Amino acid sequence: MGFLDTILGRSKPAQPNLDELFSLPTAAITLEAGMNLKPTGTGSVCFRAAEGKAFGDIEKDVRELLSMGSGTGSVEVSTDSYGYTWLTCKHAPDDFEALVTDLHAVNSSLQTGGFGPQLLCTLVTFTSDTVHRLGIVYLYKQGTFYPFVPKTGQQRDNAVELQVRGAVGADLKIEPDLSRWFAVWGAPGL
Amino acid sequence: MAKTRYAPDRGLTARMTLTMFLLGVVFVAFITVLVLILGATNRVSSGGIVFIAVVVGLALGIGSFWYSDKIALSTAGAQVVTPQDGPQAARLHGIVDRLTALANMPKPRLAIAPSPMLNAFATGRNEKTSVLVATTGLLNSNLDDRELEAVLAHELSHVAHKDVAVMTIASFIGIIAGLLVRFAFYSELFGGGGRSNNNNNNGGALPVVLVVLVVGIVTYAVSFLLIRLLSRYRELAADRAGALLTGQPSALASALQKVSGSMNAIPTKDLRAAEPLNAFYFIPAFKKNEKGPSLNNLFSTHPSLERRLRQLSEISEQLSK
Repeated sequence: MGFLDTILGRSKPAQPNLDELFSLPTAAITLEAGMNLKPTGTGSVCFRAAEGKAFGDIEKDVRELLSMGSGTGSVEVSTDSYGYTWLTCKHAPDDFEALVTDLHAVNSSLQTGGFGPQLLCTLVTFTSDTVHRLGIVYLYKQGTFYPFVPKTGQQRDNAVELQVRGAVGADLKIEPDLSRWFAVWGAPGL
Repeated sequence: MAKTRYAPDRGLTARMTLTMFLLGVVFVAFITVLVLILGATNRVSSGGIVFIAVVVGLALGIGSFWYSDKIALSTAGAQVVTPQDGPQAARLHGIVDRLTALANMPKPRLAIAPSPMLNAFATGRNEKTSVLVATTGLLNSNLDDRELEAVLAHELSHVAHKDVAVMTIASFIGIIAGLLVRFAFYSELFGGGGRSNNNNNNGGALPVVLVVLVVGIVTYAVSFLLIRLLSRYRELAADRAGALLTGQPSALASALQKVSGSMNAIPTKDLRAAEPLNAFYFIPAFKKNEKGPSLNNLFSTHPSLERRLRQLSEISEQLSK
């Protein structure tokens, strides 16, 4: 936000960065090679629904677009306890590219409709024999990723998270500010 | 290029610019008149008064700005909390985590103040030292999650707009004028007698102090009104930015209604204790007993509920298009 905007108190809503999302397939290969973590085939886009008809219409269009699209995937809608909407796409675990394409379809529809600022994050999940669930979270506004590994009882496995950061640091732009690595307990697919 | 739904409110921007411009004009006029008076009379004692007022004013302004977070925290008796400090702290952190990610701003520290009032405020000199305080009354209230989120989004907008810095700088001239009046008054009371003995043939001794007194009073009064006006515009701007951040202007509107309704029902004892923090509150706790509604509006730090609700319903309409 510029100096003048601060002085005049007119903050502009932050626009999302959609392009970085396409570096996920490369990172998926690295994760499997380096840490034996495989995609679960589940990914979701999380956004804050705006009130009014305009947003409802766009949300409906997105759901229709996804359910009739590629034919291989399915889509589900859920609302979390903070009031955010999660659109969850499910694909075959080995079809990671298709999953990312679907996720991109969701966020680009929202942005074309003028609701880009409502996008919070996108989440794709991975699993291995030792790590039950790894979520890679993409922050739309920062254009950065961070790992999220839930343990039982609202605890995070920080050791694995930092290990993942090291593993995919070359493929993904990792969020440098650790205070922005917020927990997404109970997100779909985790 | 994706279309944007977020048209800035040009009217509000224009009125805010005009208010700040007028404050600047008052400041320049104040300094000019002082320099003219002191230059014409060449009086050391008056010059000393002005000098002390400026120095003390600067020290007060900078001090209260620099320690704004600590002062506000201790005045409100608030404790900074981490997500592990119980379910309320976890809920507060969860909401603010998401809002700051949506707005792409650094997360401020969060604190909880033990108070039955339903309120929240944000303070701190920059983004790093910012702290957002919610009262236990607010967290325990009948506000649902959406309404609580709307209140916190409003406070985060104050942080993003650097309202503490803007209002400190804006109040600076008022502080100096106020101090000057006080010093001039005291010097007339205690120093006036001795001085008039020494300056019997120089008739301008007492009038100079009087002129400085009058200039100070006028400046203080005008800047006071302008600062209150600016404060109301900043509140409207924070309402607007907060409502656009969550995309839920109606949730903020219903939170405002609930909170302002409860404010009038709280006993006066608690309200008086809250007066120093009034300007930073979501809803002012302390209402002066003005005679007419128009006079009340003129002196108020916050816009009227009707004015705030009107703006929010305009935003809601805008979002539905």
